[in-house]
Formats: sequence, structure tokens, C-alpha cells
Amino acid sequence: MRRNGASGSSRSTLIALASTVVFAIVVVLIVSRSPGWPEVKQQFFNGEFFRESLHTIPKAFVLNVKIFAVAEIFILAFALVIAVMRGLPGPVFFPLRALAVVYADLFRGVPTILVIYLLGFGVPALQLSGVPRGELFWGTTALVLVYSAYVSEVYRAGIESVHPSQNAAARSLGLSHAKTLRFVVLPQAVRRVIPPLLNDFIGLQKDTALVALLGPVEAFRQAQIDVASDFNYTPYVVTALLFILLTVPLARLTDWLVARDRRRQLALGGAR
Amino acid sequence: MNEAVPCLRIEDLHKSFAVEVLKGIDLELGQHEVVCLIGASGSGKSTLLRCVNLLEPIDEGRIEFLGEEITAARVDANAVRRRIGIVFQAFNLFPHMTVLSNVTLAPRKVLKVPAEQAESEGAELLRRFGLLDKKDEYPDRLSGGQQQRAAIVRALAMKPKLMLLDEVTSALDPELVAEVLDVIRELAESGMTMLIATHEMTFARDIANRVCFLDDGVLLEEGPPEEIFSSPRNPRTQQFLQRIIEAGRL
Repeated sequence: MRRNGASGSSRSTLIALASTVVFAIVVVLIVSRSPGWPEVKQQFFNGEFFRESLHTIPKAFVLNVKIFAVAEIFILAFALVIAVMRGLPGPVFFPLRALAVVYADLFRGVPTILVIYLLGFGVPALQLSGVPRGELFWGTTALVLVYSAYVSEVYRAGIESVHPSQNAAARSLGLSHAKTLRFVVLPQAVRRVIPPLLNDFIGLQKDTALVALLGPVEAFRQAQIDVASDFNYTPYVVTALLFILLTVPLARLTDWLVARDRRRQLALGGAR
Repeated sequence: MNEAVPCLRIEDLHKSFAVEVLKGIDLELGQHEVVCLIGASGSGKSTLLRCVNLLEPIDEGRIEFLGEEITAARVDANAVRRRIGIVFQAFNLFPHMTVLSNVTLAPRKVLKVPAEQAESEGAELLRRFGLLDKKDEYPDRLSGGQQQRAAIVRALAMKPKLMLLDEVTSALDPELVAEVLDVIRELAESGMTMLIATHEMTFARDIANRVCFLDDGVLLEEGPPEEIFSSPRNPRTQQFLQRIIEAGRL
């Protein structure tokens, strides 16, 4: 075939570019010619309010990033404990296995927003001494509990994807169950589940906004405040843009890792 | 060590999964003896080896290793497995570790050998089996024959008193079989006690002190290789060997 190499790929690029431009023009035309557009533009895309929001919302958004960073570390560790608990062998450990199952079922079943309300308003109301009462603390804890349930399932899928023969090989060398898990199974399992883990963390980044329901002023809450004082919705758009700025790099990283894994598998398949 | 104690003694071993796979096996291996298990696929060879390594719990009978009953209750299976090496058909190397790490993992983490010592001993073993230049490679960069040799070295690094080889050449391309068989031959010459499940009849005839024919979970016939291969008594053994000869494998 003659159509290959540089000329073929630059032709594809041109076609992609042209079709994208046409598509964008069509969308812009449809939106800007809609009867309510001038009103919407004034309410959501107001340049003056946009600039004003840039003074308040990014500052508040730092709190979202903090909640995310702290929650992520605890989720990674706690979810691993749950996943390992669920895989403990033998009848002695039945209660722990059952506990892990109940935990995952419970926190995947209850809507995140309810967990946040129940923990954030319920636990401080108990007035237990020594138990923190901050909304931020309980909001973050709720996110950790909910996301750990999901992430523990991701870990578990990874652990189960490691072929039983790896387990047999390690045990045959005299390694205990714990050491087999630590040195043979988990390193392979975790590597395999990095893309779905990152996917869950994209969800977590967005859900940091739910903590606002308890009171802490993060980006979404700040936007609500700004909207309430000016009767203009532009701060919401600013907030949305900030979340996109945070999640897109992670989404692209996830895609890249998945693509890399696929390439590797193809390469190995060819070598064997 | 008392050389009169058999290395391995299996008595009336029964094992079932959905159906009974081993139907009362009796087998004894003297120290430094090499015994080959032959028989069709599904005859129970692999299960027998996995039972000896305690990878499968047995249903009935007993297994003694160097005079100690390893199938008794409250025996530390990890301690037993440290002294019995097994090599699998599919190599089962750890894909996330270099060849040298594969070899040194168990000595370091189980026997608590210091890393430096484990590495120099591991490198020495790899040199002996012609793999020293591969020590920093990952398993998927090795040929099948090299992977299987690395798996043998990994088992040897624990200095086992008994090696179980489970059809170690069955997953290899024909041109890679010889290098692995040479390694096993060298092990036999060095006095390693081995129980070998194999389809390589020529190899079994060369290397084994004794050959056992396993058929449908029963040890039908055993004896010196010359006897089993040239004048088998049991009609099932005759039939099996006839098929092997027709396939050009003997």
C-alpha cells in the first residue's frame, strides 16, 4: 500500500482538525442563537463577576485539595486493610472476613451525602469526650469511609487477578501467607489496579465538595456565598473550571497508564 | 544424617477433589534416589507431588519426610516446604522481580539470610546453571528454558533435601527441553533426591533409579527403568508405553 507514513498521518490530523472546527462552530451557533442566550450569558458567563470570583474561590479551593490529599492517603491504607481482611484464610478468621464484607456492602450502599450528614451531625451530638467535633474532620472521615469501601473492592479484584500459581510458588518456598501476600501477591495486584484506583480518586476529588454541606467553606460553599451576594451564577462556572483543572490531569494520567499496560501486554504476547 | 532413613515414604495416600484422584498410593524414596513418575495426563502425578509439598491437604494416609510424619496435625507446613523444593510446569517465576530477586526472596525472608550473603549465594547458583548474565533481567525477558532453569535455581536456593519436578519440560518448545534436562541430570549426579513427574521417557530411562507407572490414581507398576521400559508386566503399562512408542517419544 502507498498511503502510509508521514503523509497519511498528517492527512488524518487535518481531517480531525477540520471536523473539530466545524463541530465547534455548530455548537457555538446553536447555543448563541438560542432565545435565552443573552440572559444566560449575563447570569453564568459574566466577565466582571468571573474576575471577582478569582479572588475568593481559588483560595477556598485549596481546602478541597487538602481534603482530597488527606483522605486519599487514609483511603489507600484503610482499603488495603479491608481487602486483606477479606482474603484471610481459614475458619478462625471468619468474623474478620464477614466484617470486611459487611463494611463494603454498607458503605457502598448508603449514599455518600447521607454518610456525611449522619457522621457530621450525629457523632458530634453524642458529646463523647476525646472525640473530635469538627465538621471538617467528620466530613473527611465520611469520605474516607465511603471511598475505602470502593477502593477495597478494587484492591480485592487486583489480588484475585494474581494467578493462584503465584501463590503456590511462594508457599512452596516456605513463605507464610502473610509474606506471600506482602512480597508476591500485593506488588503484582497493586500495579494492576492503579488505573481503576486513579479513577476512584477522580470521583473523590469532586466529592470533596459534599463536605460543604456540613459548613466548611470550600470552593463550592464559597461560590454559593458569592452567588448569594451578587445574584449572579458565574462563580459556579469558575468552581466547575477549577474542578476540571484538578481532575483532567489525573484522568489523562489514568488513560496513559491503561494504554501503556495494553502496549506492554501486546509486546509480551508477541514475544512468547 | 542417618542415611538408612528413607527420604520420603508415602503410605496409602488418598486424595479427592470432585472425584478420587489418588486411590491409595504407597511409595518410598531412598536418600539420593531419583524416581520418575510416568503415566497419562490426569493420572494423578501432579496431585501426588503437590500433596508431598503440602500444597494440597491429603484425605487419608500419611507422608513421612526424613523419618518425620509431615501430614500429622500441627506440623508447620512452612517449615516442611522450606526443605522440599518443587518446580512447576509453568515455571511460576515472580514476574515483578529480577531473576536474582526471585532466587533470593525465600532465603532472605524465610531463612533470614543477610541480603549480601543471599545475593552472593544466589549469583553462585545462577553461575552454576549458566544464568549469571540474566540475574538482573525480569523473567519475561528470558526464554522458556532459561525461565525454567531459573525456577530450578530458585528452589535450590533453599538447599532442599528433596526436589519435586512437575513435568518441568512440558511447557517448553522442543529445542529448549535439552538445556533443562541437562540441569536435572547434573542435580542427579550431585546426589539430589528427586521425584520427577515426566513425559520424557528417554530421559526417565537415562536418569531414574526407579520408574513408577501411575494409572488413574493407582501406582500400577514400579521397577528399574530397564525393566519397566523393556518388559513391563502390567497390560496397562504395556498399552501406555506402546502409545508412547507409536508417538515416537521413546
